[in-house]
Order: sequence, then structure tokens, then C-alpha cells
Amino acid sequence: MSILLDENSKIIVQGLTGSEGTKHAGRMLKSGSQIVGGVNPRKAGTEVEIEGHTLPIFGSVAEAIAATGANVSVIFVPPAFAKAAVVEAVEAEIPLAVVITEGIPIKDSAEFWALAKSKGGATRILGPNCPGIISPGKSNAGIIPATISDSGPIGLVSKSGTLTYQMMFELRDIGFSTAIGIGGDPIIGTTHIDALAAFEADPETKAIVMIGEIGGDAEERAADFIKANVTKPVVAYVAGFTAPEGKTMGHAGAIVSGSSGTAQAKKEALEAAGVKVGKTPSETAALMREVFATV
Amino acid sequence: MDLYEYQARDLFESYGVPVLAGIVADTPQEVRAAAEKLGGTVVVKAQVKAGGRGKAGGVKVAHNPADAEAAAEKIFGLDIKGHIVKRVMVAAGARIAQEFYFSVLLDRGNRSYLSLSSVEGGMEIEELAVERPEALARIEIDPIAGIDTAKATEIAKAARFPEELIEKIVPVIERLWWVYRDEDATLVEVNPLVLTESGEIIALDGKVTLDENAEFRHEGHAALAEAGDIDPLEAKAKASNLNYVKLDGEVGIIGNGAGLVMSTLDVVSYAGEKHGGVKPANFLDIGGGASAEVMAAGLDVILGDPQVKSVFVNVFGGITACDAVANGIVGALAKLGDAATKPLVVRLDGNNVVEGRQILADAAHPLVTVVDTMDEAADKAAELAAA
Repeated sequence: MSILLDENSKIIVQGLTGSEGTKHAGRMLKSGSQIVGGVNPRKAGTEVEIEGHTLPIFGSVAEAIAATGANVSVIFVPPAFAKAAVVEAVEAEIPLAVVITEGIPIKDSAEFWALAKSKGGATRILGPNCPGIISPGKSNAGIIPATISDSGPIGLVSKSGTLTYQMMFELRDIGFSTAIGIGGDPIIGTTHIDALAAFEADPETKAIVMIGEIGGDAEERAADFIKANVTKPVVAYVAGFTAPEGKTMGHAGAIVSGSSGTAQAKKEALEAAGVKVGKTPSETAALMREVFATV
Repeated sequence: MDLYEYQARDLFESYGVPVLAGIVADTPQEVRAAAEKLGGTVVVKAQVKAGGRGKAGGVKVAHNPADAEAAAEKIFGLDIKGHIVKRVMVAAGARIAQEFYFSVLLDRGNRSYLSLSSVEGGMEIEELAVERPEALARIEIDPIAGIDTAKATEIAKAARFPEELIEKIVPVIERLWWVYRDEDATLVEVNPLVLTESGEIIALDGKVTLDENAEFRHEGHAALAEAGDIDPLEAKAKASNLNYVKLDGEVGIIGNGAGLVMSTLDVVSYAGEKHGGVKPANFLDIGGGASAEVMAAGLDVILGDPQVKSVFVNVFGGITACDAVANGIVGALAKLGDAATKPLVVRLDGNNVVEGRQILADAAHPLVTVVDTMDEAADKAAELAAA
């Protein structure tokens, strides 16, 4: 098994006809994902050829769902139009909306999150500003390279794209059930906790790697959740120990404000919950190997 | 992006939030002229993006223009928590009867907005939250519904603002919400919000943080950012669309992806402990693409930092293949020519790593050392910076 995404997932791409959408849809198709169409109101009724697949373009997410049974949308729409795209996906109640777009105003994310919440969570939002989700060998919804690692028993959840790739690379001989990039923005749809809960429930996942970074208190909350709810071993890594206060480090959410959001506080909270925390990505991978040898 | 007090004041005024007259000045002479223009008692306030200005001597009351000039002479050049005062605001004086607190801000944990308000204004809100949490009213603000008159009334009542003032405070709260909403802010704080002896409600000091992601839909925001005291290297990087933060060390850092670069800073700091305490000189994320052009622009910024003694290029080939990155490095060094003078330690891993390392080996650039792992490369870069 895997979480949130598997071989039966039917994916549509909002922004398929744009350069990023076309490029990454091609990579997703190559890795075996089932893409069933794209959405672009100005090109509704046309078709595009990507990687030998002929994909229909629909006028709206709702039409795409009606015609194809799509249950995942991957969104590659530029920041200025991203809110409308996510709202459309949420209104159509697609079960999973993966928002890859970086640079979406926080207000827009707050509003589409509030809308999704008001609709009772019919749509799970992943991201924004995330690399997406991959269940190796089954399906790939986003931009995580499918060639890094095969399937296996580790579940991975991370705020950072490249650290996801790095960790998958380090542990590629063991493999991953699912790797989820939840994104580095201040407001995100799917949290560490959501992923931890899903991995805990997934029989194929034997151990979990969690990657955090400075900013907010998501890691501290995750630590509380692990303590109360997670029986599988969790190994963690937190980036940004040396980040100065008050400076945004690349990700919009990666900022230490006063004494809050520091890597040290996150590490301490996780360790207090029994999580082994590596000092570097390679040390974290080594810890996972140790832990894995015992499960 | 945090605004200066005077910028927040101007923004408040444009939304009809009551503020006092204020004039920005960059010299004691300008302060004198401003005090003459305002007349009466004025307050000379250091414009720095740091709290605790009053305690640091950055806020002074002056009863006439000559006093204002003398006060300004003491304030200019002050170091307030690492910020040197280069600009002040001369504000009209007010007779304060009572000080309150109001803010609306992003609540990350709840993925929503939060308003904080209190009848105990003036002190730092962090202190108030710790010392007298019961004096702080916390009301969640729905991002879509926002603050209408009913919500503003709820906030004012929860804060226990005096009954007879609620009618006056409610429209101010609503207007502060408009600032938050229409300017894409993540923080609008008024501390203190005052009641004057003549019965007016005035936003005496304001703090506003704007969302940089929303700059594209606010024409004026870029100008607000430029008015700040920007590091010249950060300005240069911004002009090339690079995600760069200047730090105070000797090892220049280039990497792809914010998380990996943050991690690189950490690993270099640890390695530096063994090499005379050298530290990372910067954060620079060149993103997924890592083309020769971006690599060259990044190296150009880093080599322009006189503190940099060595450079660590740390790339994981995910979407981009390592051979493309290696070509980018070789191309960047060719482009920079004699301008490239500092040793580069390169660590490549991931997609097409063998080809990438081969390209660097074939180029055999005298400044480049290729190291296989991130930890070893950090150690090498720290060692070179300490040499």
C-alpha cells in the first residue's frame, strides 16, 4: 500500500498547457502516472500530445471529473491565478489537490484553505509551494524525480523539496512507500501530522522519516502527535540551526521570529517525543538504517 | 517585509486610520525644520526595524525646534539592536489619557488570522502575553469573512475597551483590517492605540509586515522595500532574481532548494568548528534550474563579498541532471574568467552524477575541488576558508 496516491489514482493537471505543466506532466507520464486530462477554459475541447499520450483538455475541473473520474489534480498555475485554480478544484470536490506553484500570496492560501475547511474537507490540499507526492512504482503527482528510489517500507514527509530528494537518494536501497512534500509556505493544506497519521495507518510503511525546517511550530505539534499516536519508529531532520533571526530563508515560511520557530526548539520537542533527530541529512539516513534494522 | 513606523503611519493614514502628523527627516537640520512646521511639542522617533527604541534612547520628546534638533543629534547614529539610526520621524505630540493594544496577524498554527487586543497597551505584547495573558483578548478572524462592524464590536468588547469608547474604536479596527486585507499584510499592529485627553482615538505607533509573495499585485510595495537599509549584495542578488541572504561568515554557499541550502549552512557551521570557527557567508538558493547563467550570477554575487574565502557549491540533481549543473559551473567560471579567484568545493549527487563529476574532472579548473559527500565537502570548504 501507499498513502494518498496509488496506481488507481486518476490525475488531471491544471495548467497542463503551460510550459511547467507540460514538462512535468511528461515526467509524470514517463514514471507511469495515469494522467487523464488537463484543464484550461480557453482551450476546452482540444487535445495535447505529451510523451505519446493524447490528453483531452477540459473547460473546468468539474467537467474533467465528470468525464474521466479524476480524483487528483496537480496544479501548475502561476501565482496570480493559482487561488482561482485551487478554489475551482475545491468547489468540484476533487479528493486531492496538489499545489506545486511557488509564490502564492499568503492571503490567497488562507482563503482557499478556509474554503476547503468550510466544505468539510472533501478536498485534501497538498502544498502550496511543494514538490508533490510520489508512491514509487505506482504513481507520481508533482515534480519529485521518479528515478531516485523504488518502492519500499519507508514513509517520508518533508517541508523541503530538495531535502526530500536527498533523503530518498540516501535511503534508495531500502525504498519508500510514499514520499510527500508538504511545502515550505506559512499556510499549507496537508501537515506533518496528516502525513504521520496516514503512514501510521498504512500497513506497508514500517518506519517514517520526517523533515522539518525553521519557522512556525508544525514540528512541535507533530512531536506531540507522535508521542500520543504513532507507534512506528520516526526519525527526523530539521534544517536551519544556523539561520539568523528575522530573515526568510528561501521558503516563505522559513523564518525565525524572536524565539519562536527555531530549529533547536523543534529538535528538542521531537527528541522529547522519542524521535531520533539527525544533525545532518546523512546522519539522519544513518539513524534510519539503525532503526530500520530493528523493525 | 517589515515596514518602518513612518511607512506604516502613511499607510494607516491612506486608509483613514487616525494618526498624528509626522514628518520624516534624515538630518538634525531637517528635524528642526519639521518641528517648526508641526509647531508645539514634538516627538523625535528613530526609524529602525527593531523593538525597544524607547529604552535604547531612540525616542525623545522636544518642546521646541532647537530641542528637537539637539535630540536628533543624539538619536542619529544610535545602534539599536544592531540597527544604526539613519532616519527619524518627527511626530506631533499628543496628550495621552490611556494606552491600548490592537493587532491582526497571520496565525500559522491554525491556518487562519488572529486579532489580539488589550486595554493594557504600551508594553511589548510578548511580555503582556506572558505576564498578564488574561488581559489579552484573542479572537480568530475568518480569512474570508474578515472583520466587519459586528466582528470589530466583538473584538472591542472582548478586550474590555471602555463602553463609551466602543463606538469610536470599532471603525478604527475595521480600517486596520482593511489595511491588513487590501495590502496583503501578515501583521498590522498598533501599540499603543491611544485615547487622547481630548477624547480622540489615535494609532500612535504601528508595525506592519507585508507578504512579499503579493508584491506582484501592489505597485507601491517595491518602493517601500527599497526605502529600507538593504545590504548592497542582497540588492545585487535581488536584481538578478536570486534568493540570497547575506550572513556574517567566510564560506560562500550556493545550493539548489531552500531546505538543502539551509541544511548546507548548518553542515558548514559544524565543520567550521574544527577549522577556526569559520561560518557560512550567505544563503543562496539557485532553484531547480541551475543553468550556467544562474550559476554565474550567483557566483558573481558571492565572489563580490570581500569576507568570502572559499565557496561551497552543493547541488542535488533532482529535476536537473548533474551534468547540466557541472556544465553550468564550468560555463560560469569561463564567463567570470579572472574575476573568479576563490577556491570552489563542489559536491554533486543524484541524477547523472557520474557524468557531472566527469565534466568537472575533464575541465580540471585549478580553483575547483570535487568532493563526493556533503559532509566531506563542507569540511573541505571550511578548511580552505580557514587557511
